Amino acid sequence: MHKNLKKYFPIFALPTLAAFTIAFIIPFIMGIYLSFTEFRTVNDAKWVGFSNYVAAFQNKDFLNALIFTAGFTVVSVITINIFAFTLASLLTRGKKGTNIFRTIFFMPNLIGGIVLGYIWQLILNGILYKFGVTLTFAPKYGFWGLVILMNWQLIGYMMIIYIAGIQNIPKDLIEASKIDGANKRQILKNVTIPLVMPSITICLFLTLSNSFKLFDQNLALTAGAPSKKTAMLALDIYNTFYGKVGYEGVGQAKAVIFFILVVVIALIQLRATRKKEVEN
Amino acid sequence: MKVKRKTSDVIIFVILLILAITFLAPIFIVLMNSFKGKFFISDAPFVFPNKQTFVNFENYTSGIEKTNFLSATGWSLFITVFSVGFIVLLTAMTAWYITRVKSKFSNLLYYLFVFSMIVPFQMVMFTMTKVANVLSLDNPVGIIVIYVGFGAGLSVFMFCGFVKSVPIEIEEAAMMDGCNPIRTYFFVVLPILKPISVTVAILNVMWIWNDYLLPYLVIGSDYKTIPIAIQYLKGGYGSIDMGAMMAMLVLAIIPIVVFYLVCQKHIIEGVTSGAVKG
Repeated sequence: MHKNLKKYFPIFALPTLAAFTIAFIIPFIMGIYLSFTEFRTVNDAKWVGFSNYVAAFQNKDFLNALIFTAGFTVVSVITINIFAFTLASLLTRGKKGTNIFRTIFFMPNLIGGIVLGYIWQLILNGILYKFGVTLTFAPKYGFWGLVILMNWQLIGYMMIIYIAGIQNIPKDLIEASKIDGANKRQILKNVTIPLVMPSITICLFLTLSNSFKLFDQNLALTAGAPSKKTAMLALDIYNTFYGKVGYEGVGQAKAVIFFILVVVIALIQLRATRKKEVEN
Repeated sequence: MKVKRKTSDVIIFVILLILAITFLAPIFIVLMNSFKGKFFISDAPFVFPNKQTFVNFENYTSGIEKTNFLSATGWSLFITVFSVGFIVLLTAMTAWYITRVKSKFSNLLYYLFVFSMIVPFQMVMFTMTKVANVLSLDNPVGIIVIYVGFGAGLSVFMFCGFVKSVPIEIEEAAMMDGCNPIRTYFFVVLPILKPISVTVAILNVMWIWNDYLLPYLVIGSDYKTIPIAIQYLKGGYGSIDMGAMMAMLVLAIIPIVVFYLVCQKHIIEGVTSGAVKG
């Protein structure tokens, strides 16, 4: 295109690329390499092959974190999307006051994970106090606590995306199906849902990756207690790196496994839902 | 028929109202508890402060002192403003460059940026901290470089999507009239990029302002940001000053709520278009 633009590379692209190399490319490549070594400070890395990966998969905390994260992700993705979609369909009826509701439901999304964690720690502990237990008494309390927190944070965000999707549906399509005698449920199933499929793809992707990669909220709400039973993958990796000396290699191997899992889940999910999308 | 519709509307409105109150309740409860003495919070968080438990702004003063909250706010502001400023300035230029210069290299760069978006932070957490340390970027100025690098993925991707829809003829005309690429970019392209710049800026503000782990690992506790100051308040000994904690949570939420109410329209548009592009 612009012929002489190419030689302006140092001005246009180099600064970003330099920062990107420092913050991402070098750490990423080093990370892959270090996962096959034993090290404390990076400079003393010794090649050990796959033994870090073996150690990671034999690590009870890691396996527990994997199961906990998977369970948490499934439950949060389902609940958040059902609530968000329901709210969005209630709010797109064009009644008065819907803007205020939208504003309120979206707000928790802007609050940071650490702050969210402590807000819900207070409230959930306050409720559980009446039953003589605390959030860290048993893993199930931490699990459901995180689910509630995540719902509170993400419902509003997903609702906004669903609202945009629903508003994009041509009105005459709904009218036409009404005239053809479709009832409300049929319209929802055969018209609305297929047409908001792109929004569903996005929302599933966002809730999935946000839940799977959760860290701050986990750290603030339970910090993994009791005895690391509510630690999710990200927190477990953090604990392996900084919890005890000598396990940095295992921590990095866990991080690589985590990375691969994230990529695989993202690809499967995108492929599965993209198929269901229809041309509008 | 009409009457029936109205009653269903009323029911929906009531449900929404109850939900809205439930959504706001957690924030209200924290606010309420921030005025209670620290020993009256954990056991009875749902009770209003009374004569015996009301402590006025005592939690606020002690919390601000304990966490050095003013300095934390300062560092949060400094890091967020400059990181976001540089991200928007630099990644927009890069996105324009790699969209307009069609080469294998620019294609490769584009895919590298996209790829970096899915990589979880834990993957590069340890090594990035080391690199930052070696290059002396482990301070509030250096961390801006890290944020530009780590935020580049999403931002370049979003700018690229927008630049593709900008007609190239305008730029060609400017170049024909004798503008060099720099003048063309700043006088012709940049004004067109304004709406997407707002979106990118908002997404990055929300991320960087609330970010905990990256600044904690890179800078440590010498220059605490707000999330680090709050986490620090918990301490390592298991006992939390609940009063100070409540007050600091309120102070952490206030700037966010103000920011939200002021630029609500842009934020909602931003996250929607950001999500659709992502």
